[in-house]
Amino acid sequence: MITVEFDYKKATTVEEALAALANGDGKLLAGGYSLVPSMKLRLSQPEFLIDISSISSLKGIQEEDGFIVIRAGTTHAEILNSALIQEKLPFFHTAAGVIGDVQVRNRGTIGGSLAHADPAADWPALVLAADAVIDVVSRNGSRSISATDFFTGLFSTALGENELITAIRIPVPPAGTRTAYMKFEHPASRFAIVGCAVMRFPDGKINIAFTGVAEYAFRDKGAEQAVAGNTLDAASMDAAVNAALQGQDVSFMGDNFASEEYRRHLAKVYLKRALQAVA
Amino acid sequence: MSASNGSNGNGRLIGKSVKRVEDKRFITGKGKYTDDIILQGQTYAHFVRSPYAHARILNIDISEATDMPGVIAIYTGADVADINGVPCGWQVNFKNGDIMKEPKHPLLVADKARHVGDPVAVVIAETREQAKDAALSVMVDYEELPAIVNAAEAVKPDAPQVHDEAPNNTCFDWELGNPKEEVDQAMAQAAHVTTLEFVNQRVVPNAIEPRSYNAVYDPTSEKYTLYTSTQNPHLIRLLMCAFVLGIPEHKVRIVGPDVGGGFGSKIFHYTEEALLTWAAKKVGRPIKWTSERTESFLLDAHGRDHVTKAEMGFDQEGNILALRVKTYANLGAYLSTFSTCVPTYLHGTLLQGLYTTPKINVDVTGVFTNTTAVDAYRGAGRPEATYLLERLFDLAALEMGMDPAELRLKNFIPPFDGVNQPGYQTQVALQYDSGNYHGVLEKGLEMLGYEDFRRQQKEAAQNGKLLGVGFSTYIEACGIAPSAVVGSLGCRAGLFEVGQVRVQPTGKVSVFTGSHSHGQGHETTFAQVVADKLGIAMEDVEIVHGDSDTVAFGMGTYGSRSLAVGGSAIMRSIDKIVEKGKKIAAHKLEASADDIDFDHGKFTVKGTDKSLAFGDVALTAYVPHVYPADLEPGLDFSSFYDPANFTYPFGCHIAVVEVDKDTGAIKLQRFIAVDDVGNIINPMIVEGQIHGGVAQGVGQALFEGAEYDENGQLINASYMDYCIPRADDLPMFETGHQVTPCPHNPLGVKGAGEAGAIGSTPAVVNAVIDALWSGGHKVKDIRMPLTPERVWRAIQTSSN
Repeated sequence: MITVEFDYKKATTVEEALAALANGDGKLLAGGYSLVPSMKLRLSQPEFLIDISSISSLKGIQEEDGFIVIRAGTTHAEILNSALIQEKLPFFHTAAGVIGDVQVRNRGTIGGSLAHADPAADWPALVLAADAVIDVVSRNGSRSISATDFFTGLFSTALGENELITAIRIPVPPAGTRTAYMKFEHPASRFAIVGCAVMRFPDGKINIAFTGVAEYAFRDKGAEQAVAGNTLDAASMDAAVNAALQGQDVSFMGDNFASEEYRRHLAKVYLKRALQAVA
Repeated sequence: MSASNGSNGNGRLIGKSVKRVEDKRFITGKGKYTDDIILQGQTYAHFVRSPYAHARILNIDISEATDMPGVIAIYTGADVADINGVPCGWQVNFKNGDIMKEPKHPLLVADKARHVGDPVAVVIAETREQAKDAALSVMVDYEELPAIVNAAEAVKPDAPQVHDEAPNNTCFDWELGNPKEEVDQAMAQAAHVTTLEFVNQRVVPNAIEPRSYNAVYDPTSEKYTLYTSTQNPHLIRLLMCAFVLGIPEHKVRIVGPDVGGGFGSKIFHYTEEALLTWAAKKVGRPIKWTSERTESFLLDAHGRDHVTKAEMGFDQEGNILALRVKTYANLGAYLSTFSTCVPTYLHGTLLQGLYTTPKINVDVTGVFTNTTAVDAYRGAGRPEATYLLERLFDLAALEMGMDPAELRLKNFIPPFDGVNQPGYQTQVALQYDSGNYHGVLEKGLEMLGYEDFRRQQKEAAQNGKLLGVGFSTYIEACGIAPSAVVGSLGCRAGLFEVGQVRVQPTGKVSVFTGSHSHGQGHETTFAQVVADKLGIAMEDVEIVHGDSDTVAFGMGTYGSRSLAVGGSAIMRSIDKIVEKGKKIAAHKLEASADDIDFDHGKFTVKGTDKSLAFGDVALTAYVPHVYPADLEPGLDFSSFYDPANFTYPFGCHIAVVEVDKDTGAIKLQRFIAVDDVGNIINPMIVEGQIHGGVAQGVGQALFEGAEYDENGQLINASYMDYCIPRADDLPMFETGHQVTPCPHNPLGVKGAGEAGAIGSTPAVVNAVIDALWSGGHKVKDIRMPLTPERVWRAIQTSSN
């Protein structure tokens, strides 16, 4: 468990980080809980690390212009402990509490998790279900990517090579919105075998997103349409469950612990439980 | 019985939950482990290991690596070809009397690799990083061969051969108990036979401190020192000196400093220990190697791995008539130190369980495969025996429509104390010391609230919920072991223990024990015993262990033996101290030694107030001015204690689970453990041992299992994939105790280190099976660990 030799640079501003990133084969270091283990296994061998963990402009959670803004360097623990999140986006609170363990939550960041795009990570399902946009910046300027366009494959995102995530913006949900995140976790890694995030708006619109089931997290439009606008009762929930996972153009996953067939089954069970929770 | 039997001790410290004195240094990070030791001129080793489970080595090119920065030396299999391999410590013979197949286990392999991680070369460099970088530059050409990982498959004629000298990959075949024909006849009479074919899966020991060695040679004294994370320093010295390297024992010092857990995996003599010791002289500098976590998964001897068919026959009323067992035991690619006795003498001998089974036959084939060696892991053979018996019992009850608790009570051996009633002679060689098996089950049922539970279970089933209860009433043989007995069974060592008690002139006491603490709390428990018996303060007692130059000899710690055997050796020395002290006191008090009582740290002339304090007697022994003419000065005794028998702790474990029938997920709701470990010195430490053991046993039932693919790759060799249970996976354990003293050792203790791991696993699996039956899913077995998908599939299959 010894990494290859690498250089370490500490950035104190986003500009410094971007300058370093443009200057060779470097990797951004936020919490380090995914990157460092892969370096120790020599799966990742960057020439240098750019430590962005103390850039103050990447920290904090605020309500701004109709959005809840979570800066990218905010840790899972900070999200868990935020009164604003608990009030306005309770399923973010739920998800933050079931990520890894206390140490992971204290170090790991939401931006790092989204950029890494582990197929079993929790946040992808949450940002998808919450209609979030992901703000990114590079030396060429900044742009916003819709969560639905962000995840593109296994550990792959729409993030450009020298781009850095600055914030996640979620439209403030109207009063009466109900949310749920249901997770069936792997007992060792505590990553999601299935994670199902559901957001039900007062007008009857429902957003449904899954993580863990496929090579990347996705919105399940089929299930959403099957239940949208209806009263949430046994019949409409069953319709959503039956429609779930149909016609998705993602590759479903299976492994020694949980086969593809079992994950598909679990996804439906967890969708039903999540719908019951927001009914 | 000796004068210092626990039953007539003065009770001031024995039986008290004294807080562990070693914890201050561990909790504050001040423990000193092997990897903390950095010697003058320290160098570091890194091993080049086979990435294949089975591969011929065609060529090794070290030229690039040799020129890398910091590289001091590189050795390959050719360099150590003339050195013996590491030995196996227990000989098991074939049924026809042939000696088991014992292929060489070389320090580095030269011809072919036989499991992933087999060492091909070692690089020694100035730093750990340089050693690793250079090791990755050693070029090895392999010709990959087909691999075999499953023991039952490996004995088939067309299976890949791990060793040319072991046809059909068979190390031995072995049987114990009544003749097979008698058992077959009894089975044929049975009104009901319960049959179970199952796998007791392979588990990884996962000591949190990785194995670590630091070897140094001093050319002036011509002496080697090896610091090693071991459970038994003297045993490593004996094996390494006499069997591998041929170095005189007095020229080797072995130090086992603080050791961070073993669970059996640090008993064994590993190739890296001998290789580093050998290389330290050649290099002329100390060499250190610390296992990486991946190496721990791949190389620390694994546990269990039995493929078994077991049958139990009953008459109409549910009385057991016979037990028949066939097991294929996976030994891995090479024989580890005690690998051969685990599936035989530590497994077959326990198949009497707590029951009066009149006819038992157990047949075990030991098998080589292209996997990591398998050896003793917490419980070692006894969990496998318990799992087999207790699964059969609960399943038989379900099949016969009987209550599993009643079925046990009907078949239990009646209570016996081993003093007024003789020990119980089993059909499988052992004689149990003392037992009250009804007592632990009845206490367990009471703690559970059995009748209430069955009511709740019925209600739950009506509401579509699956609740279940599982029982396990276990016995184990520990306090290992009477030397003559184990010798007659093939053990190549004695299993006594050494305890030296040195009273200093001021009355302070140093105790030198051959037992080794790597989490058990000996510095507390042993000090409690000594302070209690001598009537002095615990702070005045120092426990010294782990250094072959300081402690006379020792067989180490495993098999729940430390207190029963090591503690008994200390008791013998205390008796000698007291006896000599009486003579000294009698002389000073002008009385006869027969008239001196020793109690509460005072030597008193019977019926008078004339007395001498322990400290005064100690000083007199070292300043012998007024002193018996026929007595040597000093107060320092050493004893070798060889136990008369094994000890036989037993107990009743009960698990309550709820199964989510939509997902197969299991919630362990309650876990009740009623253990009888004989007399108890420190209840808190015993409780802690039970908790840890239960966690490991539950781990095997629900979470743990080494998974090899067909190419022999261990596919879950990381903590992201291999689950050891965490606190939030477990309920608050409910523990109860019963005390049936051991009749044959001076403390009356039986041992508590392994009980939790032995009893718990089948209770959990039985509870899940019971839950499924409560919902009409008549499933006989689910392969451990009971992952949600396996349970879900069992429900699906049984519903169709």
